[in-house]
Amino acid sequence: MTRTEQALPAGAPGVLSAARAQTATRVRTVTLVLVGLTVALSLATLVWGGHASDLWNQILAVFGAGNGEGAFTITKLRLPRVALSLGVGVAFGVSGALFQSVLRNPLASPDIIGISGGASLAAAFGLLVLGVSGIALSVFAFAGAVVVAAAIYLLAWRDGVSGYRFVLIGVGIAFAVNAGIGYLLTRAEVNDVRSALVWMVGSIGTPPWPDVGVLSVALLVLAPLVAVTVKRLRILQLGDELAGGLGVSAERARLAVLAVAVALAAVATAFAGPVAFVAFVSAPIARRLLPTAGLALVPSALVGTVVVLAAEFTAQYLLGSLEVPVGIITGVIGAPYLLWLLATSNRGGRGA
Amino acid sequence: MSILRTTTHTSAADGGTHAAPSGRHRGGDPKAQHSLHARGLSLAYDGAPVVHDLDLEIPAGKVTVIVGGNGCGKSTLLRGIARLLRPSAGEVLLDGAAVHAMPAKDVARIVGILPQSPTAPEGITVADLVGRGRYPHQGWFRQWTSTDDAVVTAALAATDTLELAARRVEELSGGQAQRVWIAMALAQDPDILLLDEPTTFLDVTHQLEVLDLLHELNRTRGATVVMVLHDLNLAARYADHLVVMHAGQVRAIGSPEQVLTPELVADAFNLRARIVADPVCGAPMVVPIGRFHGPDPTAALPAPSGTP
Repeated sequence: MTRTEQALPAGAPGVLSAARAQTATRVRTVTLVLVGLTVALSLATLVWGGHASDLWNQILAVFGAGNGEGAFTITKLRLPRVALSLGVGVAFGVSGALFQSVLRNPLASPDIIGISGGASLAAAFGLLVLGVSGIALSVFAFAGAVVVAAAIYLLAWRDGVSGYRFVLIGVGIAFAVNAGIGYLLTRAEVNDVRSALVWMVGSIGTPPWPDVGVLSVALLVLAPLVAVTVKRLRILQLGDELAGGLGVSAERARLAVLAVAVALAAVATAFAGPVAFVAFVSAPIARRLLPTAGLALVPSALVGTVVVLAAEFTAQYLLGSLEVPVGIITGVIGAPYLLWLLATSNRGGRGA
Repeated sequence: MSILRTTTHTSAADGGTHAAPSGRHRGGDPKAQHSLHARGLSLAYDGAPVVHDLDLEIPAGKVTVIVGGNGCGKSTLLRGIARLLRPSAGEVLLDGAAVHAMPAKDVARIVGILPQSPTAPEGITVADLVGRGRYPHQGWFRQWTSTDDAVVTAALAATDTLELAARRVEELSGGQAQRVWIAMALAQDPDILLLDEPTTFLDVTHQLEVLDLLHELNRTRGATVVMVLHDLNLAARYADHLVVMHAGQVRAIGSPEQVLTPELVADAFNLRARIVADPVCGAPMVVPIGRFHGPDPTAALPAPSGTP
């Protein structure tokens, strides 16, 4: 159906583009700053601690052309670490943004509602009981996250799934899952428990290249699915009734978005463990930086990478001899935010 | 493009060169006329029946107002017509086809609904919100176009909200916000617009403003308007076609003059009332009586002490 130009007050068409331009400029600025931060943090992680005199060799090494011990450190140890950090940050950032939008709840994030916990439980079971490792462990974690997410969805179903019920049941499931993890840990050998704990805190470490490859492929597969579901999600944000009136089947759209969000969280968790709070804080930070309530998926993805890279950088280099898994640092950042959210959300009338 | 579209619309493929009649105040092209009726319609929530075996025809190009007491099923009926609720029996037919069997987007290009007190996502701007009304006109490959821009701008202009375009919805007053929601419904550009109590939470000034806007939309563009209203007198003034519901059924239907009688008001609303002519426009006006007033009050209380 088409419409012709209609009788409008003078200057009317400009109003819309002006409103949009105002928003677009801000979005562009925020995005560029975040990209800059990501690049800077990536480079810093790669070359930190090297000699300044060797800097050129190090920069060559980043592109695979350096030589010597410094180059080895960069290409073999640090480059996969940065690559995995980027992938994990993007996956968690987008996953959290999708969860929080589709469930209309700032608490709805895979680490709060037990989906990461499901990955941990399955990984702990694989590690402690079956003794698996490497990519098999990742498969266990992925499956655990997916199974728990499906369980929450089915338990929350009552003539449709409301965001509120999904989050409450997810929080309940998280407790049950933690009990399961506790049971496994208390029954296991002390040495095994340590590696399980490191996994469950979330760590990037020095991942093998195949891990990075699988994560990249998974992200490339999921990206178009995100793009497809996002249009309907924007309509779903208006509420189920309006969405129905605009031709979006709310229940189907919600399931599609949740499926993509779960897949993103599960694949990131599979390779880095449930890095605490990255999914939880990325989207709210991104939205706070932006002028309108878009879904802010790209900024959320960038905030996710910045958070993971910064936390990893802190964990590796800034704590001296005290090397800790990255999840400890993100937890230290995320916990106060959670407290702040809980303290302020009721005042704002939002159902957190 | 749906084959069910019977009249003047052209497909999106002609790229916006289609010349529609213009020059009407705030007008676009005239709306297509569709037949819409419910046949043997029953609607239920969680198995509890609300609307039973209801037949209703919505006259094309008219303003239909549905009234009735609380819980009579009028909002439920509206949701059923808009295919938000699956009938437990019967069907809603749009141009002869059951709406629940049609693709959702096809229905959404013809029938729009504005639910009662919708909530905007936090932080959304007016321009963004109204723009989302264009969703049913966008496809996999058809993205945002200058046509969308023109329709959104026209919708903002029609509702007098152009200057609010860059503002956040949560900063607006109730009346402004309601006009923005109606702008979104107009941006959807349906031929039939359903509204569930569009005047709720508005003061009387804004109520009139919203109803005048819908009246104008109907008269200048021939849009079919169906709304649920609480206020009987506003309903009588703005309706071409009045539907009175009671206990999940249509109790009376016709022009306000035919329908609104003291007997019907007593029956459907359990209210003693007199019907007089509205001094402004001659429409019937319901003047409720209550227990204590009128020539023969059914109850009497002593005057407050201290009054001579």
